[in-house]
Amino acid sequence: MRIRRVLRLLPVLPSVLLLVVFLLAPVVWSFHASFTDAALSGKAAKDPQWVGADNYLRMFSDDSFPLAVWLTVVFVAASAVLGQNVLGLLIALLMTRSRKAVASWVGTAVVAAWVLPEIVAAFAAYAYFNREGTLNQILGALGGDGPDWLYTFPLVAIVLANTWRGTAFSMLVYRAALADVPQDVSEAALMDGAHGWQRLAFITLPLIRSSIATNLMLITLQTLAVFTLIWVMTAGGPANASTTLPVLAYQEAFKFGDIGYGTAVASVLILLGMVFGAVYVRLLREQRP
Amino acid sequence: MRRPVITFPVKFATALVSVVAVLGAATSCSPSPDAGDSKTLKIVYQKSDSFTALDAVMQEAKKEFEASNSGVTVDLQAIAANDDDYGTKLALAQRAADTAPDVFYEDTFKVRSDVDAGYLLKLDGYLEKWGDWAAFSEAAKEAGRADDGGIYAVPLGTDTRAIWYNKTVLQKAGIPLPWQPKTWDEILTAARAIKAADPDAIPFNMYAGKGTGEGTVMQGFYELLYGTDSSLYDTDEKKWVVGSQGFTDSLAFLKTLYDEKLAVSPAEALDANVWKKVFGEWFPQGKLGATVEGSYSPSFWQKGGAYEWAGYEQDMGVAMFPTQKGQAPGGVSMSGGWTLAVGAKSKSPELAFSFLTTALNKKNALAYDINNSQIAVRTDVASEPDYLAANPFVKEVSALVEVTHYRPATADYPRISLAVQVATESVITGKQSPEEAAAEYDATVRKLVGEDKVLQK
Repeated sequence: MRIRRVLRLLPVLPSVLLLVVFLLAPVVWSFHASFTDAALSGKAAKDPQWVGADNYLRMFSDDSFPLAVWLTVVFVAASAVLGQNVLGLLIALLMTRSRKAVASWVGTAVVAAWVLPEIVAAFAAYAYFNREGTLNQILGALGGDGPDWLYTFPLVAIVLANTWRGTAFSMLVYRAALADVPQDVSEAALMDGAHGWQRLAFITLPLIRSSIATNLMLITLQTLAVFTLIWVMTAGGPANASTTLPVLAYQEAFKFGDIGYGTAVASVLILLGMVFGAVYVRLLREQRP
Repeated sequence: MRRPVITFPVKFATALVSVVAVLGAATSCSPSPDAGDSKTLKIVYQKSDSFTALDAVMQEAKKEFEASNSGVTVDLQAIAANDDDYGTKLALAQRAADTAPDVFYEDTFKVRSDVDAGYLLKLDGYLEKWGDWAAFSEAAKEAGRADDGGIYAVPLGTDTRAIWYNKTVLQKAGIPLPWQPKTWDEILTAARAIKAADPDAIPFNMYAGKGTGEGTVMQGFYELLYGTDSSLYDTDEKKWVVGSQGFTDSLAFLKTLYDEKLAVSPAEALDANVWKKVFGEWFPQGKLGATVEGSYSPSFWQKGGAYEWAGYEQDMGVAMFPTQKGQAPGGVSMSGGWTLAVGAKSKSPELAFSFLTTALNKKNALAYDINNSQIAVRTDVASEPDYLAANPFVKEVSALVEVTHYRPATADYPRISLAVQVATESVITGKQSPEEAAAEYDATVRKLVGEDKVLQK
């Protein structure tokens, strides 16, 4: 019996091994480095010293850190929780009612952004929001005069870009979830005189609750980690106005060579992700009576 | 029913175990670098669409070296990146012996901190036996000297910074040529005249903000700061200067340039690629009056350069950047330059140094200095007619060596430089006044280096 139990675990061994080597080890290394003054150059590169919680204490006196936390939260809330999630649900709902041809056209258009590799999507977004970009050319043709989006409204630009890029995922999740909502429940509610929005709020949404929670968790964690898109579009600027935590961690570790502080910022990011993850996992668990 | 349940996982497991074993074996048997008598030297340097001169030298040196050292393979690894990213990639490669290069291209201002990090091999013993070392100018030899007095790097060339101006744009504004402003005010007067003559022109640009990185300070802020009675660093006391009037004045000058729209828009200034427009579009198209740029500028315009422009020899002029009020010595320049160094972790340092001498021999140094518009550091190259005739500006920019300054290349420098860039960015974007930005710079410096390494002016 024991052998059998052990053997049953064997198939997961390779994936566990890969996770340990490629995920856990770097996380542990980075966590360890965050308590040292490790650097890319200078004396600390040869012989990093243990500095205790210095790097973490420094975050509180460093103006750019609280700003980065705030920008990260706003970025995630606006582009993932609101943008991708709500827009994805809306499109999925409309698609269930629209004609097949329309639905497939809309679906293709939305999924196109998702199909693009991140770097390509980032350049596309840059070309769109840039001062002489597509958006301003359209505005110009309409007689308007657009601002330099990446400079004047960098956060708005990256939020819109990330919403554009990620909505497809939410839309696909919700389409699958809505397909599973039994028609008879909806019809029963209709017989009872429930209006459209009442059926949505009291029948459809509760039935797809677990999909909503799963989707929220996935897109939140994905958006927390967005780096390429921001780096290509604004590089965190101007004057840190779009420096989210991943960008800050990269800048500190690789631009200024302060690996200790950079990994400390990265550790906070991991922690933030775990908090979000834990909240959503709880949400998922609670709904099963 | 039991049997199939057990045998399936067993078979499956053996298959997986063997896969894992193969994976493990693949990672553990990486090729050993020094197998038998055939040796490989790894050379790391920078190459980009606008910087190919070094690549040409390296290709040539590889040919020469492999011909005279049979059994040795030279593995050229060009990193395509800007200066900042190149530095990062190089530092990352140097962290482990497996990835560390044998010979590499190293910025002079990083030499000291990289010596501290243990990345560079001390070359004194090798240089003694190298006859050509005597041909290097004394000032140039200092570029590779670290805090312990040893030489760790050999310079490829050096550079100076000056005002580059478009003669046709200045002529249109009625400015007499050749133009040589004596004070900061004369720059502003000329810039305003250009603006008045052609509202679409960019009269006088100076880099600012984090986008252009070291360019912001080397071709901009330091020309201002070192022309006041202040400086960034007190070399005698080995302390960083804070609270100086010169720092605030320099920021105020940038503010005037940007507020009066004499420079590019702040949004353009923050674009990391703005310098490409300076060389590739604005100067050749006659849209830019003048800017502060390096002595290497002609390398972009000459034949084979990234932005070939046949007319640059006639259309462009060069002037010394003046001091604030014309005080002695009357002008300012900044110098940097790059070196070649041998990796401390190199398994065959003798061979690596020998490659370095091949890459820096007279023939290769001459080719590099001409193609990259460098100021020669070898006296035998400096007197070559080909070098002197490389472009019409060689004499003028070489003369600036008299008034030039070097960055304080301490390990703290990169972060201080960033603090300066942040101050300029805050001022040109209107986020802070020059006084506020200077105060924040002072606070940052104090935090970075500590009270005992700060000199209050």
